[in-house]
Parts: sequence; C-alpha cells; structure tokens
Amino acid sequence: MTSVEAFFEMLYDVHGINVTIGYDSWDRGQFLDGLWLTVQLSVLSIFFSLLVGAIGAWAQGSPLRIIRALVGGFVTFFRNTPPLVQLYFFFFALGTVLRIESDTGLAQPLVSNFGWAVISFSLFAGAMNTEIFRSGIEAVPNSTIEASYAMGFTRLQTYIYIVLPLAIRISLPSLGTNLVNLVKTTTLAYALAVPELLYVSAQIWSDQLNVREMMNVLLLSYVGLVAILVWILHRWEKALRIPGFGG
Amino acid sequence: MSWSEDKPIVSIKDVKKSFGSLEVLKGVSIDIMKGEVICIIGPSGSGKSTLIRCINALNDIQGGSITVEGREVHDEELDKLELRKKVGMVFQQYNLFPHKTALQNVMMAPLKVLKEPKADVEKRARALIKKVRLEGKENSYPGELSGGQQQRVAIARSLAMRPDVMLFDEVTAALDPETVKEVLVTIKDLAAEGMTCILVTHEMGFAREVADHIYFTDKGVIVEHGAPEEFFDKASDPRTKEFLSQVL
Ligand SMILES: Nc1ncnc2c1ncn2[C@@H]1O[C@H](COP(=O)(O)OP(=O)(O)OP(=O)(O)O)[C@@H](O)[C@H]1O
Ligand SMILES: [Mg+2]
Repeated sequence: MTSVEAFFEMLYDVHGINVTIGYDSWDRGQFLDGLWLTVQLSVLSIFFSLLVGAIGAWAQGSPLRIIRALVGGFVTFFRNTPPLVQLYFFFFALGTVLRIESDTGLAQPLVSNFGWAVISFSLFAGAMNTEIFRSGIEAVPNSTIEASYAMGFTRLQTYIYIVLPLAIRISLPSLGTNLVNLVKTTTLAYALAVPELLYVSAQIWSDQLNVREMMNVLLLSYVGLVAILVWILHRWEKALRIPGFGG
Repeated sequence: MSWSEDKPIVSIKDVKKSFGSLEVLKGVSIDIMKGEVICIIGPSGSGKSTLIRCINALNDIQGGSITVEGREVHDEELDKLELRKKVGMVFQQYNLFPHKTALQNVMMAPLKVLKEPKADVEKRARALIKKVRLEGKENSYPGELSGGQQQRVAIARSLAMRPDVMLFDEVTAALDPETVKEVLVTIKDLAAEGMTCILVTHEMGFAREVADHIYFTDKGVIVEHGAPEEFFDKASDPRTKEFLSQVL
C-alpha cells in the first residue's frame, strides 16, 4: 500500500471523509477512465467544432444565397435549441435509423454513443464558432482582402492564408469562452450513458454512498480541466500575437 | 497570341462603369504602350480609382472594352488569376498582410499563387527588399514599419509577381511629406527600368517628371491629355486650368 492510499484511508478512518478513488484501485481505475473519456470528448469536439466553424464561416461568405441561407439555418437551429435535446435528437432520431447489418444478422448502430456525443457537441459548438469566426472575418478590412485578390489569390486561398489567420486572432477571446463552455457541456454525454467523468463519478457515489466527496472531486476535476484549456488558449494567443497589430 | 509589343499593352476603349444608378465612368479611352508611364489626375470622385480598378478586374464594367496584352479583361471566360499575375497593384493604404513579416509579405504570392520553389522566391524577395531600400527590415511586421516603409514593401510585394504592368492608386496620399519622397524614388527607379506604370497621383511635380503622358479626368470623362510639358503649360480646357491652379 502506497503512502497516498494510506493517507486517504486515514482520512476516512479518522475524519470520515470517504474519497474512495484515493485508496480503492477499482474506483480509481473507473474514475481515471472517465477522466480520459472526458478529455477525448473535449479534444475531439473542440477540434471538429473549430472545423465546423471555419467551414461554416467560409460558406457564409458564399456568393450563393442558398448556401448562406443553409448556414444561417444551421446556426439558428443549434443556437436556439437546448444542447441536451440536440443530443437526444441525434441519438434517438438519427441513431435508430442509421444502422447496419452485422455478421450475426442483427442490426448494429452505425455510430456509437460516444460518436453521437462528439457529433452533437461539435455541431452545437461549431454553430457558435461559425458566428464567432464570422464576426472575426467581418473585422478583417476589405482592402486587405482586395489586395490579396489583386495578387491573384483565389477566394479560398485568400480565406485560408489571409482572412482566417486574422479572423482567428480577432475571435480568440470569444472563441475561448465558447470552448470552455464546450468542455463543460461534455457532461451531457451522461444522458447517453457515455462513461465520462460525471457518469463514472455518479456510479462511484451510488456504490459507495460518498456523494459529497465525489461532488467535490468532480468539481475540482473540471476546474483543473478548464484551467488547462485556458492555459493552452493563452499560450496560443501569445504565440499568435503580432507585433504592432491589434492590442 | 495576337498581341505584340507594337500594340498597346493596355488598351481602354470607351469604358463605362456605373454603381447602381451612379455613372462613374462615361466612356473613357486610354492606350498605354509597353514601358510607358502615364499619370491620371483629377478632382476627388472623378473616377480615377474606379478606372484603374477596372484594369485588373477588381471592378466590372458596363460598356466598352479593356484589353491587357491583347486579352479582353471583362470577358466572362477570362482567367482573372492569369490577368492578375500580369498586372500588379499598389494601394493608397498599403494593405500589407499584418500577420506576415515584410519578407513573408513579398514571398507569399509567388509561393502560393505561382507555386515557385521557396529558395528561388526567397532569393528574389530579398533582392526586392534591397531594391526598395529596406534591407534589415525583412523580419519586421507591417505594424512595426512606417507608412513609407510599408508602402515600399507593398511595391516589392507586387514586383515579386514579375508583373508586366503596375497600377499605383494614390500611393503617397496617406504618407507624410518626408516619406512621400522615398516612395516616389522607388517608383521612379521602376519607371527608369522600363516598367509600364499607370499612376493615379496628386503629386504634380512627380507626374511632370516621370510621366510620358498625363490624363486629366473629371466627372467620368477624360477632359484633356498630353505630354507633361504641353499639358502643364498649355492646358486649354477651363476645368483643367481650374484644377491645376488649385494644386500647383
Ligand atoms: N463600390 C462603390 N459603390 C458605390 N459607389 C462607388 C464605389 N466606389 C466608388 N464609388 C463612387 O464612384 C465615384 C468615383 O469614385 P473613385 O473612387 O473612382 O474616385 P477617385 O477619382 O478615385 O477619387 P479620390 O481622388 O477621392 O480617390 C465616387 O462618387 C464614389 O462615391
Ligand atoms: Mg481614388
């Protein structure tokens, strides 16, 4: 038995504070698996939501009205509906339709619960990112874009090399807020029984009856996770800072 | 291709341009031969910027024709990118890419548009920076450069595409008087090397010195034009005379 485990046993024996994940390797394993899944959910959702945002904002500048209208509809839908309902919609409405025959002849879902959670969160946060990038893009001076066209850049090249790099810098503060919210939103995957941090914690506290302790552990875990994200965003912001540009 | 150097490199014929119901160009014709330097002058709002923006298809036109090296610019079939590789443009507000260093600004289009190898492009870009007298500023960002320095980077950036024609739209208008000179010297060097230049300018002394031909525009038409000496000394149209009396 390690000294850490001894400490948590003592904490329980002497003070009645029952942090089972401190001394019980089974609980700890469960908890760490949940933490890892939350990290995966967050990283994948952040990545795809940024992609959705970049593509959405690009499409919103399309000369075709129909495309602009479609993006507008997408943004409105995901911004104006509760993320939990969106998650249910994907899982129950689409998940039951998207099935394939397996070797055994039984219908298998095409996308796992984890997969639906990533898709749902990416679209939800991606809709916000679309709006955030769009306002960033609008802040890029038209004359800069025109200079790029005048040198023979195509619309897509101009977007990738000029508009997006500038728009990201302008958008970074609101982008940060949205991504922090996204990490917190991953707890909704609980509703699909994806064994992420909240789900495994709830399992632990219903087995061990240590709700109060696990709540604290859970909250501190998110404080830590978000702190790491904020730190990364801060580093990113610093790395992107251009001398003599912006604030 | 049917174009040869004995024909105008840029030929503007009876060009009409409107923004909605506002007719800005009402039939403008100018021919420019290879190696020629022409200056377009005229009061604010007379359509000078609009005209030169039509030459590289940043603006469309409603009538007439513009050809560059024999190719119609306002042909639906025309490859705009091909045109823009031939025609460089420098703007009043420099419009450098703020997130790229001076050197990167110059290298960007040859790398991404012409897809030339990086080593060649870098060599050429460094030579161009030297040419516009900005050695040592290669790694500075636009925000760290003065207006005149930024404008010279912008000129180098256009030249990096090896254009056949350069368009300058009031490139010294945003600069303070001391820095105007350094930019004008750069343009003069270019003109001396035989670059075809179309300049919109308010610098009359410069126009007189550098131009082969001067065009005076007012309200969307060319009122008067001629070689600098005859234009400045023997202007006959009352509108030209009035304009010159104000700026000289
Ligand atoms: N994109 C546009 N949409 C509508 N009107 C425009 C647009 N661009 C220019 N105009 C109008 O066309 C007219 C000519 O403008 P232009 O910029 O060509 O003038 P200019 O001769 O370059 O003037 P300046 O010396 O002030 O630069 C002006 O009345 C201007 O308001
Ligand atoms: Mg103008």
